[in-house]
Amino acid sequence: MHDEFIKLFELFIAASVINNFVFTRFLGLCIFFGVSKKMETAVGMSITFTSVMVVSAALSWILLTYIMIPLDLTFLKIVIFIGIVAAFVQASDTIMRKISPGLYYKLGIYLALISTNCIIIAVPLIMTTEKYNFIESLVFALGSGIGFAISLTIMASIREKLELADVPRPFRGMPIAWITTALIALAFTGFSGLITM
Amino acid sequence: MIDYKTIADLINNIGNIDLAHIINLIPLPNVGAGGGIEPKGSVDFVSTIEFTFIFVLGVGTVFGLGLAFAAKKFPVKMDPRVEQVREVLAGAHCGACGYAGCQQYAEAVVANPDVSPNLCTPGGAKTAELVALISGKKAEAAEPIFSRIMCQGDWLKSAKRFKYEGIEDCRAVVLAGGGDKACVYGCLGYGTCVRACPFNAIHMNEDHLPVVDITKCTGCRKCEAACPKKAIEVLPAGKAVVVTCHSKDRGAETRKKCQVGCIACGVCVKVCPFDAAKVEDSLSRIDLDKCRVCGLCVKKCPTKAIVDYIPERSRAYVLRDKCIGCNMCMKVCPVNAAGGELKKVHTIDQGKCIGCGICTTKCPKQAIDGTFNAQEVFTKAAEKKKKKAA
Repeated sequence: MHDEFIKLFELFIAASVINNFVFTRFLGLCIFFGVSKKMETAVGMSITFTSVMVVSAALSWILLTYIMIPLDLTFLKIVIFIGIVAAFVQASDTIMRKISPGLYYKLGIYLALISTNCIIIAVPLIMTTEKYNFIESLVFALGSGIGFAISLTIMASIREKLELADVPRPFRGMPIAWITTALIALAFTGFSGLITM
Repeated sequence: MIDYKTIADLINNIGNIDLAHIINLIPLPNVGAGGGIEPKGSVDFVSTIEFTFIFVLGVGTVFGLGLAFAAKKFPVKMDPRVEQVREVLAGAHCGACGYAGCQQYAEAVVANPDVSPNLCTPGGAKTAELVALISGKKAEAAEPIFSRIMCQGDWLKSAKRFKYEGIEDCRAVVLAGGGDKACVYGCLGYGTCVRACPFNAIHMNEDHLPVVDITKCTGCRKCEAACPKKAIEVLPAGKAVVVTCHSKDRGAETRKKCQVGCIACGVCVKVCPFDAAKVEDSLSRIDLDKCRVCGLCVKKCPTKAIVDYIPERSRAYVLRDKCIGCNMCMKVCPVNAAGGELKKVHTIDQGKCIGCGICTTKCPKQAIDGTFNAQEVFTKAAEKKKKKAA
Protein backbone atom coordinates (compact mmCIF):
# COMPACT_ATOMS: atom_id res chain seq x y z
CA MET A 1 0.00 0.00 0.00
CA HIS A 2 2.79 2.37 0.97
CA ASP A 3 4.73 1.57 -2.16
CA GLU A 4 1.61 2.19 -4.21
CA PHE A 5 1.33 5.73 -2.89
CA ILE A 6 4.99 6.43 -3.54
CA LYS A 7 4.59 5.18 -7.09
CA LEU A 8 1.52 7.38 -7.65
CA PHE A 9 3.33 10.38 -6.18
CA GLU A 10 6.29 9.76 -8.47
CA LEU A 11 3.91 9.50 -11.40
CA PHE A 12 2.34 12.81 -10.41
CA ILE A 13 5.69 14.60 -10.11
CA ALA A 14 6.88 13.06 -13.37
CA ALA A 15 3.76 14.20 -15.22
CA SER A 16 3.67 17.71 -13.76
CA VAL A 17 7.28 18.90 -13.76
CA ILE A 18 9.76 16.38 -15.15
CA ASN A 19 7.79 15.65 -18.29
CA ASN A 20 5.96 18.95 -18.25
CA PHE A 21 3.81 19.03 -21.37
CA VAL A 22 4.71 22.56 -22.36
CA PHE A 23 8.36 22.82 -21.42
CA THR A 24 9.56 19.28 -22.01
CA ARG A 25 7.19 17.71 -24.52
CA PHE A 26 6.40 21.02 -26.31
CA LEU A 27 2.70 20.33 -26.67
CA GLY A 28 -0.25 22.69 -26.33
CA LEU A 29 1.79 25.71 -27.32
CA CYS A 30 -1.03 27.53 -29.09
CA ILE A 31 -3.14 27.73 -25.95
CA PHE A 32 -0.04 28.33 -23.89
CA PHE A 33 0.83 31.47 -25.86
CA GLY A 34 -2.76 32.44 -26.41
CA VAL A 35 -3.96 32.72 -22.84
CA SER A 36 -0.78 33.49 -20.93
CA LYS A 37 -1.08 37.22 -21.47
CA LYS A 38 -3.06 37.83 -18.31
CA MET A 39 -2.98 36.08 -14.95
CA GLU A 40 -6.76 35.97 -14.69
CA THR A 41 -7.31 34.13 -17.96
CA ALA A 42 -4.34 31.86 -17.23
CA VAL A 43 -5.84 30.73 -13.94
CA GLY A 44 -9.29 30.22 -15.49
CA MET A 45 -7.81 28.21 -18.32
CA SER A 46 -5.76 26.08 -15.92
CA ILE A 47 -8.78 25.13 -13.83
CA THR A 48 -10.90 24.26 -16.86
CA PHE A 49 -8.06 22.43 -18.51
CA THR A 50 -7.21 20.23 -15.53
CA SER A 51 -10.80 19.23 -14.86
CA VAL A 52 -11.52 18.40 -18.51
CA MET A 53 -8.29 16.43 -18.67
CA VAL A 54 -9.07 14.26 -15.64
CA VAL A 55 -12.62 13.49 -16.71
CA SER A 56 -11.72 12.76 -20.32
CA ALA A 57 -8.86 10.52 -19.18
CA ALA A 58 -11.27 8.55 -16.99
CA LEU A 59 -13.82 8.19 -19.82
CA SER A 60 -11.13 7.18 -22.29
CA TRP A 61 -9.71 4.60 -19.92
CA ILE A 62 -13.10 2.98 -19.37
CA LEU A 63 -13.89 2.87 -23.07
CA LEU A 64 -10.41 1.61 -23.91
CA THR A 65 -10.26 -1.15 -21.32
CA TYR A 66 -13.75 -2.51 -21.54
CA ILE A 67 -14.55 -2.17 -25.20
CA MET A 68 -11.60 -1.33 -27.40
CA ILE A 69 -9.02 -3.80 -26.07
CA PRO A 70 -11.38 -6.83 -25.91
CA LEU A 71 -12.60 -6.08 -29.43
CA ASP A 72 -9.08 -5.44 -30.82
CA LEU A 73 -10.01 -1.93 -31.83
CA THR A 74 -7.17 0.08 -30.30
CA PHE A 75 -6.15 1.39 -33.71
CA LEU A 76 -9.23 3.58 -33.45
CA LYS A 77 -8.01 5.28 -30.31
CA ILE A 78 -7.17 8.69 -31.81
CA VAL A 79 -10.59 9.04 -33.44
CA ILE A 80 -12.44 7.78 -30.39
CA PHE A 81 -10.49 9.88 -27.89
CA ILE A 82 -11.10 13.02 -29.90
CA GLY A 83 -14.77 12.11 -29.99
CA ILE A 84 -14.87 11.56 -26.24
CA VAL A 85 -13.21 14.88 -25.46
CA ALA A 86 -15.36 16.81 -27.91
CA ALA A 87 -18.58 15.22 -26.68
CA PHE A 88 -17.66 15.71 -23.04
CA VAL A 89 -16.70 19.35 -23.57
CA GLN A 90 -19.89 20.03 -25.50
CA ALA A 91 -22.04 18.34 -22.86
CA SER A 92 -20.37 20.15 -19.96
CA ASP A 93 -20.74 23.41 -21.88
CA THR A 94 -24.49 22.86 -22.20
CA ILE A 95 -24.96 21.70 -18.63
CA MET A 96 -22.76 24.39 -17.09
CA ARG A 97 -24.61 27.12 -18.96
CA LYS A 98 -27.84 25.99 -17.34
CA ILE A 99 -26.71 25.02 -13.88
CA SER A 100 -24.18 27.71 -13.08
CA PRO A 101 -24.13 30.65 -15.48
CA GLY A 102 -21.57 32.43 -13.30
CA LEU A 103 -19.06 29.63 -13.71
CA TYR A 104 -19.93 29.45 -17.40
CA TYR A 105 -19.00 33.08 -17.97
CA LYS A 106 -15.79 32.63 -16.00
CA LEU A 107 -14.61 29.38 -17.62
CA GLY A 108 -16.98 28.61 -20.49
CA ILE A 109 -15.06 30.62 -23.07
CA TYR A 110 -12.06 28.36 -22.55
CA LEU A 111 -14.07 25.16 -23.03
CA ALA A 112 -14.43 25.67 -26.76
CA LEU A 113 -10.67 26.17 -27.08
CA ILE A 114 -9.98 22.97 -25.23
CA SER A 115 -12.02 20.51 -27.29
CA THR A 116 -9.32 20.03 -29.94
CA ASN A 117 -6.26 20.69 -27.82
CA CYS A 118 -3.26 18.43 -28.30
CA ILE A 119 -2.42 17.97 -24.60
CA ILE A 120 -5.93 16.77 -23.91
CA ILE A 121 -5.61 14.13 -26.62
CA ALA A 122 -2.00 13.32 -25.69
CA VAL A 123 -2.91 12.32 -22.13
CA PRO A 124 -5.12 9.32 -23.07
CA LEU A 125 -2.73 8.32 -25.84
CA ILE A 126 0.30 8.27 -23.53
CA MET A 127 -1.74 6.51 -20.88
CA THR A 128 -2.61 3.83 -23.43
CA THR A 129 0.99 3.17 -24.44
CA GLU A 130 2.21 3.23 -20.85
CA LYS A 131 -0.60 0.81 -19.87
CA TYR A 132 -1.61 2.69 -16.75
CA ASN A 133 -4.42 1.32 -14.59
CA PHE A 134 -7.44 3.43 -13.72
CA ILE A 135 -6.00 5.20 -10.66
CA GLU A 136 -2.68 5.75 -12.37
CA SER A 137 -4.44 7.25 -15.37
CA LEU A 138 -6.32 9.68 -13.14
CA VAL A 139 -3.14 10.68 -11.30
CA PHE A 140 -1.30 11.05 -14.59
CA ALA A 141 -4.05 13.28 -16.00
CA LEU A 142 -4.18 15.36 -12.83
CA GLY A 143 -0.41 15.72 -12.81
CA SER A 144 -0.40 16.80 -16.46
CA GLY A 145 -3.13 19.34 -15.73
CA ILE A 146 -1.27 20.73 -12.75
CA GLY A 147 1.90 20.83 -14.84
CA PHE A 148 0.11 22.83 -17.51
CA ALA A 149 -1.30 25.13 -14.83
CA ILE A 150 2.21 25.68 -13.42
CA SER A 151 3.61 26.57 -16.82
CA LEU A 152 0.68 28.87 -17.63
CA THR A 153 0.92 30.78 -14.36
CA ILE A 154 4.71 31.10 -14.60
CA MET A 155 4.38 32.43 -18.14
CA ALA A 156 1.49 34.77 -17.32
CA SER A 157 3.32 36.32 -14.39
CA ILE A 158 6.41 36.87 -16.52
CA ARG A 159 4.43 38.29 -19.43
CA GLU A 160 2.56 40.72 -17.21
CA LYS A 161 5.96 42.10 -16.20
CA LEU A 162 7.21 41.98 -19.79
CA GLU A 163 4.49 44.46 -20.75
CA LEU A 164 6.37 47.08 -18.76
CA ALA A 165 9.86 46.07 -19.82
CA ASP A 166 11.83 47.94 -22.43
CA VAL A 167 12.05 45.19 -25.04
CA PRO A 168 13.85 45.96 -28.31
CA ARG A 169 11.23 46.70 -30.91
CA PRO A 170 11.70 43.64 -33.19
CA PHE A 171 11.30 41.36 -30.18
CA ARG A 172 8.10 42.82 -28.79
CA GLY A 173 5.10 40.51 -28.40
CA MET A 174 5.44 36.93 -29.60
CA PRO A 175 9.23 36.76 -30.16
CA ILE A 176 10.11 37.67 -26.59
CA ALA A 177 7.44 35.25 -25.37
CA TRP A 178 9.10 32.42 -27.30
CA ILE A 179 12.53 33.37 -25.98
CA THR A 180 11.16 33.43 -22.45
CA THR A 181 9.56 30.01 -23.00
CA ALA A 182 12.85 28.61 -24.22
CA LEU A 183 14.62 29.89 -21.12
CA ILE A 184 12.00 28.39 -18.82
CA ALA A 185 12.24 25.12 -20.77
CA LEU A 186 15.99 25.11 -20.15
CA ALA A 187 15.32 25.62 -16.47
CA PHE A 188 12.84 22.74 -16.50
CA THR A 189 15.51 20.37 -17.82
CA GLY A 190 16.93 20.70 -14.32
CA PHE A 191 14.08 18.49 -13.11
CA SER A 192 15.17 15.57 -15.26
CA GLY A 193 16.79 12.93 -13.09
CA LEU A 194 14.77 13.99 -10.10
CA ILE A 195 13.26 10.52 -9.98
CA THR A 196 15.32 7.54 -11.05
CA MET A 197 13.27 4.54 -11.90
CA MET B 1 20.39 0.94 -70.33
CA ILE B 2 16.71 0.38 -70.91
CA ASP B 3 15.85 -2.61 -72.91
CA TYR B 4 13.19 -1.71 -75.49
CA LYS B 5 11.98 -5.28 -75.52
CA THR B 6 11.16 -5.19 -71.78
CA ILE B 7 9.11 -2.02 -72.19
CA ALA B 8 7.21 -3.55 -75.04
CA ASP B 9 6.52 -6.61 -72.91
CA LEU B 10 5.30 -4.39 -70.06
CA ILE B 11 2.91 -2.57 -72.34
CA ASN B 12 1.61 -5.88 -73.63
CA ASN B 13 1.10 -7.18 -70.11
CA ILE B 14 -0.90 -4.12 -68.91
CA GLY B 15 -3.74 -5.29 -71.09
CA ASN B 16 -4.19 -8.61 -69.31
CA ILE B 17 -3.46 -7.82 -65.65
CA ASP B 18 -5.23 -10.11 -63.22
CA LEU B 19 -6.63 -7.78 -60.52
CA ALA B 20 -7.57 -10.60 -58.14
CA HIS B 21 -4.03 -11.93 -58.36
CA ILE B 22 -2.55 -8.52 -57.35
CA ILE B 23 -4.92 -8.15 -54.39
CA ASN B 24 -3.88 -11.59 -53.18
CA LEU B 25 -0.27 -10.47 -53.30
CA ILE B 26 -0.89 -7.58 -50.83
CA PRO B 27 0.08 -8.97 -47.40
CA LEU B 28 -2.66 -9.01 -44.79
CA PRO B 29 -1.77 -7.30 -41.53
CA ASN B 30 -0.57 -9.96 -39.16
CA VAL B 31 1.84 -8.57 -36.59
CA GLY B 32 0.22 -6.40 -33.98
CA ALA B 33 -1.56 -4.39 -36.59
CA GLY B 34 -4.89 -3.04 -35.48
CA GLY B 35 -5.17 -5.48 -32.65
CA GLY B 36 -5.02 -4.96 -28.94
CA ILE B 37 -2.09 -3.65 -27.05
CA GLU B 38 -0.10 -6.86 -27.38
CA PRO B 39 1.06 -7.76 -30.86
CA LYS B 40 -0.84 -10.73 -32.22
CA GLY B 41 0.06 -13.37 -34.70
CA SER B 42 -2.85 -12.58 -36.97
CA VAL B 43 -6.02 -10.56 -37.01
CA ASP B 44 -9.40 -11.64 -38.21
CA PHE B 45 -9.94 -9.00 -40.87
CA VAL B 46 -13.68 -9.34 -41.35
CA SER B 47 -14.64 -9.31 -37.70
CA THR B 48 -12.34 -6.34 -37.04
CA ILE B 49 -14.06 -4.36 -39.75
CA GLU B 50 -17.44 -5.38 -38.41
CA PHE B 51 -16.53 -4.36 -34.87
CA THR B 52 -15.07 -1.11 -36.12
CA PHE B 53 -18.31 -0.19 -37.82
CA ILE B 54 -20.44 -1.23 -34.88
CA PHE B 55 -18.20 0.46 -32.34
CA VAL B 56 -17.80 3.78 -34.14
CA LEU B 57 -21.48 3.89 -34.97
CA GLY B 58 -22.33 2.96 -31.39
CA VAL B 59 -20.06 5.58 -29.86
CA GLY B 60 -21.39 8.18 -32.27
CA THR B 61 -24.98 7.28 -31.45
CA VAL B 62 -24.39 7.29 -27.69
CA PHE B 63 -22.62 10.65 -27.79
CA GLY B 64 -25.20 12.10 -30.11
CA LEU B 65 -28.10 10.93 -27.96
CA GLY B 66 -26.30 12.13 -24.84
CA LEU B 67 -25.76 15.59 -26.27
CA ALA B 68 -29.32 15.78 -27.55
CA PHE B 69 -30.55 14.74 -24.12
CA ALA B 70 -28.33 17.34 -22.42
CA ALA B 71 -29.56 20.04 -24.78
CA LYS B 72 -33.19 19.04 -24.11
CA LYS B 73 -32.77 18.64 -20.37
CA PHE B 74 -30.82 21.84 -19.78
CA PRO B 75 -32.25 24.38 -22.18
CA VAL B 76 -31.21 27.97 -21.71
CA LYS B 77 -33.82 30.38 -22.98
CA MET B 78 -32.02 32.83 -25.18
CA ASP B 79 -33.61 36.02 -26.33
CA PRO B 80 -33.36 35.87 -30.14
CA ARG B 81 -32.64 39.57 -30.11
CA VAL B 82 -29.33 38.91 -28.37
CA GLU B 83 -28.15 36.98 -31.39
CA GLN B 84 -29.30 39.74 -33.72
CA VAL B 85 -27.58 42.42 -31.68
CA ARG B 86 -24.46 40.29 -31.56
CA GLU B 87 -24.41 40.20 -35.33
CA VAL B 88 -24.61 43.95 -35.86
CA LEU B 89 -21.92 44.72 -33.30
CA ALA B 90 -18.41 45.27 -34.56
CA GLY B 91 -17.28 41.93 -33.15
CA ALA B 92 -13.85 43.16 -32.16
CA HIS B 93 -14.28 42.22 -28.48
CA CYS B 94 -12.43 45.44 -27.77
CA GLY B 95 -14.14 46.10 -24.44
CA ALA B 96 -14.78 49.76 -25.27
CA CYS B 97 -18.39 49.31 -24.15
CA GLY B 98 -17.26 48.30 -20.67
CA TYR B 99 -18.30 44.66 -21.03
CA ALA B 100 -16.07 41.61 -21.34
CA GLY B 101 -17.00 40.98 -24.94
CA CYS B 102 -19.57 41.60 -27.67
CA GLN B 103 -21.76 38.74 -26.41
CA GLN B 104 -21.92 40.18 -22.91
CA TYR B 105 -22.78 43.63 -24.19
CA ALA B 106 -25.45 42.20 -26.50
CA GLU B 107 -27.06 40.39 -23.56
CA ALA B 108 -26.88 43.44 -21.34
CA VAL B 109 -28.29 45.81 -23.92
CA VAL B 110 -31.27 43.55 -24.59
CA ALA B 111 -31.97 42.58 -20.98
CA ASN B 112 -31.31 45.83 -19.18
CA PRO B 113 -33.31 48.91 -20.22
CA ASP B 114 -30.69 51.21 -18.67
CA VAL B 115 -27.88 50.07 -20.93
CA SER B 116 -27.45 52.51 -23.75
CA PRO B 117 -27.39 51.16 -27.33
CA ASN B 118 -24.60 53.49 -28.45
CA LEU B 119 -21.75 51.97 -26.47
CA CYS B 120 -20.15 50.13 -29.38
CA THR B 121 -17.46 52.65 -30.34
CA PRO B 122 -15.92 50.82 -33.31
CA GLY B 123 -19.39 50.20 -34.76
CA GLY B 124 -20.21 53.91 -34.71
CA ALA B 125 -23.53 55.60 -35.27
CA LYS B 126 -24.83 53.01 -37.74
CA THR B 127 -24.41 50.16 -35.26
CA ALA B 128 -25.96 52.23 -32.49
CA GLU B 129 -29.01 52.78 -34.66
CA LEU B 130 -29.38 49.09 -35.49
CA VAL B 131 -28.86 48.02 -31.88
CA ALA B 132 -31.46 50.53 -30.79
CA LEU B 133 -33.87 49.25 -33.43
CA ILE B 134 -33.46 45.63 -32.29
CA SER B 135 -33.53 46.28 -28.58
CA GLY B 136 -36.37 48.79 -28.83
CA LYS B 137 -34.44 51.72 -27.43
CA LYS B 138 -33.90 55.25 -28.56
CA ALA B 139 -30.68 55.82 -30.41
CA GLU B 140 -28.84 58.80 -29.13
CA ALA B 141 -25.63 59.66 -30.81
CA ALA B 142 -22.81 59.60 -28.31
CA GLU B 143 -21.65 63.07 -27.40
CA PRO B 144 -18.47 63.98 -29.26
CA ILE B 145 -15.32 64.24 -27.17
CA PHE B 146 -12.43 66.62 -27.70
CA SER B 147 -8.88 66.88 -26.44
CA ARG B 148 -8.41 69.66 -23.93
CA ILE B 149 -4.93 70.91 -23.11
CA MET B 150 -4.83 71.10 -19.34
CA CYS B 151 -2.23 73.84 -19.15
CA GLN B 152 -2.13 77.47 -20.23
CA GLY B 153 1.40 78.12 -19.10
CA ASP B 154 3.10 78.98 -22.36
CA TRP B 155 6.75 80.02 -22.40
CA LEU B 156 5.90 83.67 -21.62
CA LYS B 157 3.58 82.96 -18.69
CA SER B 158 5.58 80.24 -16.95
CA ALA B 159 9.07 80.03 -15.52
CA LYS B 160 11.85 77.66 -16.58
CA ARG B 161 14.35 75.91 -14.35
CA PHE B 162 17.14 75.63 -16.91
CA LYS B 163 17.90 76.07 -20.55
CA TYR B 164 17.25 72.90 -22.52
CA GLU B 165 19.22 72.19 -25.65
CA GLY B 166 18.61 68.93 -27.42
CA ILE B 167 15.98 67.00 -29.33
CA GLU B 168 12.87 69.11 -29.68
CA ASP B 169 10.39 66.56 -28.41
CA CYS B 170 8.59 66.50 -25.07
CA ARG B 171 9.43 62.84 -24.55
CA ALA B 172 13.14 63.63 -24.88
CA VAL B 173 12.89 66.77 -22.76
CA VAL B 174 11.19 64.93 -19.95
CA LEU B 175 14.24 62.67 -19.65
CA ALA B 176 16.33 65.68 -18.69
CA GLY B 177 15.37 65.92 -15.06
CA GLY B 178 11.65 65.90 -15.75
CA GLY B 179 11.76 68.79 -18.20
CA ASP B 180 12.95 72.36 -18.26
CA LYS B 181 9.72 73.85 -16.96
CA ALA B 182 9.58 75.02 -13.35
CA CYS B 183 6.11 73.47 -12.99
CA VAL B 184 6.42 69.70 -13.20
CA TYR B 185 2.75 69.25 -14.09
CA GLY B 186 2.56 71.58 -17.06
CA CYS B 187 2.87 71.37 -20.82
CA LEU B 188 6.51 71.41 -21.96
CA GLY B 189 5.64 72.94 -25.29
CA TYR B 190 7.83 70.88 -27.60
CA GLY B 191 4.94 69.67 -29.72
CA THR B 192 4.85 65.89 -29.27
CA CYS B 193 1.06 66.02 -29.36
CA VAL B 194 1.13 67.95 -32.64
CA ARG B 195 3.10 65.16 -34.26
CA ALA B 196 0.99 62.46 -32.59
CA CYS B 197 -2.30 63.85 -33.92
CA PRO B 198 -3.36 61.90 -37.01
CA PHE B 199 -5.94 64.53 -37.96
CA ASN B 200 -3.76 67.65 -37.87
CA ALA B 201 -6.06 69.03 -35.22
CA ILE B 202 -3.34 70.41 -32.94
CA HIS B 203 -0.93 73.21 -33.73
CA MET B 204 1.51 75.15 -31.54
CA ASN B 205 0.92 78.84 -31.05
CA GLU B 206 3.85 81.27 -31.14
CA ASP B 207 4.35 80.97 -27.39
CA HIS B 208 4.76 77.20 -27.54
CA LEU B 209 1.38 76.10 -26.29
CA PRO B 210 -0.66 73.53 -28.22
CA VAL B 211 -4.06 74.63 -29.51
CA VAL B 212 -6.74 72.08 -30.37
CA ASP B 213 -8.90 72.72 -33.42
CA ILE B 214 -12.18 71.17 -32.33
CA THR B 215 -13.52 71.08 -35.88
CA LYS B 216 -10.84 68.48 -36.67
CA CYS B 217 -10.45 66.73 -33.30
CA THR B 218 -12.12 63.31 -33.19
CA GLY B 219 -11.28 62.44 -29.59
CA CYS B 220 -9.07 59.52 -30.61
CA ARG B 221 -6.89 59.97 -27.53
CA LYS B 222 -3.61 59.61 -29.46
CA CYS B 223 -2.33 62.90 -28.03
CA GLU B 224 -3.47 61.96 -24.55
CA ALA B 225 -1.33 58.83 -24.78
CA ALA B 226 1.64 60.63 -26.33
CA CYS B 227 1.92 63.48 -23.80
CA PRO B 228 4.64 62.55 -21.29
CA LYS B 229 3.28 65.06 -18.79
CA LYS B 230 -0.28 63.74 -19.07
CA ALA B 231 -1.33 67.33 -19.62
CA ILE B 232 -4.04 66.43 -22.14
CA GLU B 233 -7.47 65.18 -21.18
CA VAL B 234 -10.19 64.03 -23.54
CA LEU B 235 -13.51 65.42 -22.32
CA PRO B 236 -17.10 65.54 -23.57
CA ALA B 237 -17.74 68.52 -25.82
CA GLY B 238 -20.62 69.80 -23.73
CA LYS B 239 -18.52 70.18 -20.60
CA ALA B 240 -16.88 73.31 -21.84
CA VAL B 241 -15.77 74.88 -18.55
CA VAL B 242 -12.52 73.29 -17.45
CA VAL B 243 -9.82 74.02 -14.90
CA THR B 244 -6.90 73.91 -17.31
CA CYS B 245 -4.21 73.22 -14.77
CA HIS B 246 -2.81 70.05 -13.26
CA SER B 247 -0.49 71.64 -10.70
CA LYS B 248 -0.66 70.03 -7.31
CA ASP B 249 1.94 72.42 -5.89
CA ARG B 250 0.79 74.64 -3.09
CA GLY B 251 -0.73 77.95 -4.13
CA ALA B 252 2.26 80.18 -3.44
CA GLU B 253 4.60 77.83 -5.26
CA THR B 254 2.31 77.59 -8.27
CA ARG B 255 2.13 81.37 -8.37
CA LYS B 256 5.92 81.65 -8.53
CA LYS B 257 6.17 79.16 -11.35
CA CYS B 258 3.26 80.19 -13.52
CA GLN B 259 0.92 83.13 -13.99
CA VAL B 260 -2.07 81.05 -15.01
CA GLY B 261 -1.90 78.11 -12.63
CA CYS B 262 -4.58 77.05 -10.18
CA ILE B 263 -3.56 78.36 -6.77
CA ALA B 264 -6.36 76.52 -4.97
CA CYS B 265 -7.85 79.74 -3.59
CA GLY B 266 -11.28 78.15 -3.53
CA VAL B 267 -13.15 81.04 -5.14
CA CYS B 268 -14.65 78.68 -7.71
CA VAL B 269 -15.92 76.46 -4.89
CA LYS B 270 -17.60 79.44 -3.25
CA VAL B 271 -19.24 80.86 -6.34
CA CYS B 272 -20.36 77.65 -8.01
CA PRO B 273 -24.16 77.54 -7.75
CA PHE B 274 -24.21 73.80 -8.46
CA ASP B 275 -21.49 72.61 -6.04
CA ALA B 276 -19.45 71.26 -8.93
CA ALA B 277 -16.05 72.74 -8.08
CA LYS B 278 -13.89 71.09 -5.47
CA VAL B 279 -10.36 71.76 -4.26
CA GLU B 280 -8.27 68.71 -3.60
CA ASP B 281 -4.48 68.42 -3.30
CA SER B 282 -4.12 72.16 -3.93
CA LEU B 283 -5.93 71.82 -7.23
CA SER B 284 -9.44 72.71 -8.21
CA ARG B 285 -11.40 70.19 -10.21
CA ILE B 286 -14.85 70.61 -11.71
CA ASP B 287 -17.16 67.65 -11.37
CA LEU B 288 -18.35 67.16 -14.93
CA ASP B 289 -21.59 65.53 -13.85
CA LYS B 290 -22.60 68.43 -11.68
CA CYS B 291 -21.28 71.29 -13.79
CA ARG B 292 -24.01 73.10 -15.72
CA VAL B 293 -21.50 75.15 -17.69
CA CYS B 294 -22.75 78.50 -16.34
CA GLY B 295 -19.30 80.04 -16.59
CA LEU B 296 -19.43 81.93 -13.32
CA CYS B 297 -16.16 80.46 -12.01
CA VAL B 298 -14.42 81.45 -15.24
CA LYS B 299 -15.22 85.09 -14.49
CA LYS B 300 -14.24 84.85 -10.83
CA CYS B 301 -11.01 82.87 -11.08
CA PRO B 302 -8.21 85.26 -10.05
CA THR B 303 -5.52 83.57 -12.13
CA LYS B 304 -7.72 82.80 -15.16
CA ALA B 305 -6.90 79.13 -14.72
CA ILE B 306 -10.45 78.15 -15.66
CA VAL B 307 -11.23 78.26 -19.34
CA ASP B 308 -14.60 78.60 -21.01
CA TYR B 309 -14.64 76.88 -24.40
CA ILE B 310 -18.04 78.32 -25.34
CA PRO B 311 -17.31 81.33 -27.52
CA GLU B 312 -20.59 83.19 -26.95
CA ARG B 313 -23.14 82.62 -24.23
CA SER B 314 -26.79 83.59 -24.40
CA ARG B 315 -27.39 86.49 -22.04
CA ALA B 316 -30.35 86.97 -19.72
CA TYR B 317 -33.09 89.50 -20.47
CA VAL B 318 -36.17 90.58 -18.52
CA LEU B 319 -39.67 89.73 -19.69
CA ARG B 320 -41.19 93.15 -19.09
CA ASP B 321 -44.79 92.01 -18.59
CA LYS B 322 -43.90 89.51 -15.90
CA CYS B 323 -41.39 91.48 -13.83
CA ILE B 324 -42.80 92.85 -10.57
CA GLY B 325 -39.70 94.75 -9.50
CA CYS B 326 -38.84 92.63 -6.49
CA ASN B 327 -35.11 93.30 -6.64
CA MET B 328 -34.34 89.58 -6.33
CA CYS B 329 -32.24 89.45 -9.49
CA MET B 330 -30.20 92.42 -8.31
CA LYS B 331 -29.47 90.66 -5.04
CA VAL B 332 -28.36 87.38 -6.56
CA CYS B 333 -26.48 88.59 -9.64
CA PRO B 334 -22.79 87.77 -9.12
CA VAL B 335 -21.59 90.34 -11.64
CA ASN B 336 -24.00 93.19 -10.85
CA ALA B 337 -25.54 93.12 -14.29
CA ALA B 338 -29.13 93.47 -13.07
CA GLY B 339 -30.32 96.94 -12.18
CA GLY B 340 -33.44 99.02 -11.60
CA GLU B 341 -35.60 100.40 -8.85
CA LEU B 342 -37.93 98.59 -6.48
CA LYS B 343 -41.48 98.06 -7.86
CA LYS B 344 -40.30 98.99 -11.33
CA VAL B 345 -39.32 96.78 -14.26
CA HIS B 346 -35.67 95.79 -13.97
CA THR B 347 -33.10 95.67 -16.72
CA ILE B 348 -30.08 93.49 -17.26
CA ASP B 349 -26.90 95.00 -18.60
CA GLN B 350 -26.02 92.84 -21.61
CA GLY B 351 -22.41 93.95 -21.42
CA LYS B 352 -21.97 92.71 -17.88
CA CYS B 353 -24.17 89.59 -17.94
CA ILE B 354 -22.28 86.31 -18.24
CA GLY B 355 -25.37 84.15 -18.73
CA CYS B 356 -24.90 82.18 -15.53
CA GLY B 357 -28.65 81.73 -15.09
CA ILE B 358 -28.76 82.31 -11.34
CA CYS B 359 -31.32 85.11 -11.61
CA THR B 360 -33.50 82.93 -13.84
CA THR B 361 -33.67 80.32 -11.09
CA LYS B 362 -34.24 82.82 -8.31
CA CYS B 363 -36.83 85.08 -9.97
CA PRO B 364 -40.18 84.37 -8.22
CA LYS B 365 -42.20 85.21 -11.35
CA GLN B 366 -40.06 83.47 -13.98
CA ALA B 367 -39.56 86.85 -15.59
CA ILE B 368 -36.00 86.32 -16.82
CA ASP B 369 -35.43 84.51 -20.07
CA GLY B 370 -32.54 83.89 -22.40
CA THR B 371 -30.18 81.89 -20.21
CA PHE B 372 -29.26 78.25 -20.77
CA ASN B 373 -31.52 77.05 -17.96
CA ALA B 374 -34.56 79.25 -18.69
CA GLN B 375 -36.59 76.56 -20.44
CA GLU B 376 -36.02 74.09 -17.62
CA VAL B 377 -36.97 76.59 -14.92
CA PHE B 378 -40.16 77.56 -16.76
CA THR B 379 -41.37 73.97 -17.20
CA LYS B 380 -40.68 73.21 -13.56
CA ALA B 381 -42.69 76.25 -12.46
CA ALA B 382 -45.56 75.28 -14.76
CA GLU B 383 -45.62 71.78 -13.26
CA LYS B 384 -45.69 73.18 -9.76
CA LYS B 385 -48.61 75.40 -10.69
CA LYS B 386 -50.47 72.46 -12.14
CA LYS B 387 -49.96 70.47 -8.94
CA LYS B 388 -51.18 73.34 -6.86
CA ALA B 389 -54.28 73.76 -9.00
CA ALA B 390 -55.00 70.03 -8.77
